[in-house]
Amino acid sequence: MAIEVRIPTILRSYTGGAKVVEGSGDTLSDLLADLDSRHAGLRGRLVTEAGALHRFVNVYVNDEDVRFLGALDAKLSDGDSITILPAVAGGAFGFAAAAAISQHSAAAVRRQSATAVDGDGRRGAVAAL
Amino acid sequence: MHVLSIDRSIIDAIVAHARRDHPDEACGVVAGPVGSDTPTRHIPMDNAARSMTFYEFDSMEHLRVWREMDDRDEEPVVIYHSHTATEAYPSRTDVSFAGEPGAHYLLVSTREPDSEEIRSFRIVDGVVTEEPVRIVEAGVDPHAVQSYMFGQSPATVDYECSGR
Repeated sequence: MAIEVRIPTILRSYTGGAKVVEGSGDTLSDLLADLDSRHAGLRGRLVTEAGALHRFVNVYVNDEDVRFLGALDAKLSDGDSITILPAVAGGAFGFAAAAAISQHSAAAVRRQSATAVDGDGRRGAVAAL
Repeated sequence: MHVLSIDRSIIDAIVAHARRDHPDEACGVVAGPVGSDTPTRHIPMDNAARSMTFYEFDSMEHLRVWREMDDRDEEPVVIYHSHTATEAYPSRTDVSFAGEPGAHYLLVSTREPDSEEIRSFRIVDGVVTEEPVRIVEAGVDPHAVQSYMFGQSPATVDYECSGR
């Protein structure tokens, strides 16, 4: 058994065009390391240099936003299905607004999630996929 | 050159959505059959940011709608949002976040109360290319269409000047 990962169009250059790849790992962090060993560069599009999930990448474990499951520390099991979607975001004004939203969301995650320790994924630098 | 061909009824629905949410930015998708380049199903999305200067799809609604498109063999042909105080041209933020290289990025400006500016762009690897919008009138000869091309050089607008 393995973990199925659905890759969005914009990242398929890392997977030789494949829409779905498989990997393994006990946590999302482990899984991304495993994927990166075969699809070099993929992890770097999802994780910041500071080691947090990019703010504007959505990762789902089955039907849950991984930010509510502990972000990179989210526990995975064989048979889970991971979906990666680049956030659809933008707007008339620049990064000041985006940063404000980012902080707002970090607070929202802290409020909503008992398992996410600090809403890490929402707090990284503003960076797009 | 790419062209966005889209039914008048869908444009009208997008404009109505943008007007309804004004002065906040409105956003959404028009899905169409995979590979058809034809937008057929309008899906207004919540702006989770509820902001006059920023939009973001709600992550759970995003997943639900993208799965639904997958199940129906559709893809996001158009991704639209409104600018409510500036022109309908992609900001630097829009460009840096554009994650669907196959989509037409449609922008609607609602800054004028009585008229809308509607423009469409491809955004691939940070490069913005404007394309004509061809509005197809329903119930008439599909070849008899009205074309819009807002080909003027974009006015100089420094989107980053505020709040930095």
